[in-house]
Amino acid sequence: MELVFALIIGTLTSTGVYLLLRARTFPVVVGLTLLSYGVNLFLFSTGRLSTDGQPIIGGAEAYSDPLPQALVLTAIVIGFAMTAFLVALALRSLADTRVDHVDGTRRQATPPEQTDAGENNQ
Amino acid sequence: MNHWLTAPILIPLLGGVLQIFMSYAPMQLRRTLALGTTVMMLVAAVVLLGLADDGAYRMYAFGNWQPPFGIVLVLDRLAALMLMVTAVLALFCHIYSICKTDTQGPHFHTLFLFQLAGLNIAFLTGDLFNLFVAFEILLIASYGLLLHGGGTTRTVPGLHYVVLNLIGSALFLISVGMIYSVTGTLNMSDLAVQVPKISSEELPLVKAGGMLLLVVFGLKAAILPLCFWLPRAYASATAPVAALFAVMTKVGIYAILRVYTLIFGDDAGELANLGMDWIFPFALITLTVGVIGLLGSRTLKTLIAWQVIISVGTLLAAIGLNTSAGTSAALFYLINTTWVVGGLFLVVDLVSNQRGSASDKIVTAPRMRNRGLLGTLFFLGATANAGLPPLSGFFAKLLILQAVTPGIEMAFLWSIILIGGFFTLIAYSHAGSIVFWRNNEGHIESDSKLTLPVTASATALIGLSIVIVALAGPISRYTDATAAQLHNPAGYIEILQMPVITEGE
Repeated sequence: MELVFALIIGTLTSTGVYLLLRARTFPVVVGLTLLSYGVNLFLFSTGRLSTDGQPIIGGAEAYSDPLPQALVLTAIVIGFAMTAFLVALALRSLADTRVDHVDGTRRQATPPEQTDAGENNQ
Repeated sequence: MNHWLTAPILIPLLGGVLQIFMSYAPMQLRRTLALGTTVMMLVAAVVLLGLADDGAYRMYAFGNWQPPFGIVLVLDRLAALMLMVTAVLALFCHIYSICKTDTQGPHFHTLFLFQLAGLNIAFLTGDLFNLFVAFEILLIASYGLLLHGGGTTRTVPGLHYVVLNLIGSALFLISVGMIYSVTGTLNMSDLAVQVPKISSEELPLVKAGGMLLLVVFGLKAAILPLCFWLPRAYASATAPVAALFAVMTKVGIYAILRVYTLIFGDDAGELANLGMDWIFPFALITLTVGVIGLLGSRTLKTLIAWQVIISVGTLLAAIGLNTSAGTSAALFYLINTTWVVGGLFLVVDLVSNQRGSASDKIVTAPRMRNRGLLGTLFFLGATANAGLPPLSGFFAKLLILQAVTPGIEMAFLWSIILIGGFFTLIAYSHAGSIVFWRNNEGHIESDSKLTLPVTASATALIGLSIVIVALAGPISRYTDATAAQLHNPAGYIEILQMPVITEGE
């Protein structure tokens, strides 16, 4: 379980970082979402991975650490709000600059297919 | 338990909530209530400063949970000082904003007050995860404030700022998780107890977490490789917002000071003084780059934004010395630089309003109105920032220079601060002489007159530099005591034994 869990976190995080570096607003939003999924899973695992554990003492034989679950819950709520704000801001940026690049400028030397993609988005 | 500790958080929070429901109330009423809230927050900060001055720690446990199980607020000299610096700056920014800025978009006062609430939580909290929450509160309010007033110029820097800070939040969570997975606690005082006891095979995890935390705080504080978002974002924000943001980088510095003296301080066993040997060189490089940026600025707002980075470099260089004298000097400089840079943002906005289409560009333009007053204010602010006598910047830099012991550190610190100060002076006099003295023919068609609130608040913030000089004795006594308290974390750890309210009371 640990290996699978670690691989999932690693995949989510590396995909997120890759998409962030694409420097176009939509991939950046998706990348940040994936990154926050990875982080939330990581935070969840800091209470050690166990099955059949209740987060309440006395309810069952084994119990799991409730604090990471509370932390993850907080992180999810905050991350969700931030993503919603970022989507709104990205749309605003697209409307203002007519380009989906995070710098708001179209590069002179962009390959033709990327320029097409930019125009389709408009 | 001391219920006063919640006042600086609850006052702006409740005031902000009230503002949400007053969207259609008369502007005058909203302004009065919003300003009243900020004044009340200043009163609360003064009370807490008086409380903290006796050197004892005060604690407020939410839900009456005995620490380390619940979330606690902790008041010590450093927290009280930061609250005070923020409250004074906020009051003058708020007065400045009620003339024009708050009508440029809805909910300015709400965002402003929520930003203050977030800042105050960050300064008071004694819990690492709660610090994360405080950062998020002040960040989401700052996103709104940064974009306030709209316009294409603000969208792109705003997007950069938001994305970078979201990445910063993700890193913060990762580092908090790493530290929690080994220590099993996030209460700062309990962490200070647990960190020295970590076994050697688990040490790398906490060490990595601690260093990652430094990266996060470095992003907030705008240390060199992480500072390039700052000039564009600050230069594009409206003046009162940019002035308030002068304290935002100081939150990162506060967090570095708190975490790396308490949790990874001298007593942290194998992790003692983690990251401290990184701070000093990076701070000096930040300072150097800040001066280069200052010299290359083409607008006055960018000039002041780079000054923020210079302040960060100077502050961290003094903190990186990791001595009581260095910390004390850094705190003295922090008070001075936060208020003066905030004031300069306001002055530059006044200047750009007077210059028509030339706005804040450093170019020749027809002679502006009120040139004498604005020029004097700019000159005073520049003098304080460059560190020339007789203003507070000189005394602050003198304290920093005195704090270093002879050796290789002294050679680097003295040369970079003094040469940096010289080039700062050149940049300011270049900008000032072009903007204020070199006028060309013609007249400006803008008819924006200076009103009393804006002039008074800008003058007051710059004038505080003179007040700091007048009160240099008491202030440096206070910062000395603060530094002594910070470098003796045993007192902070006693919070764990502090009694919460029992049923009989």
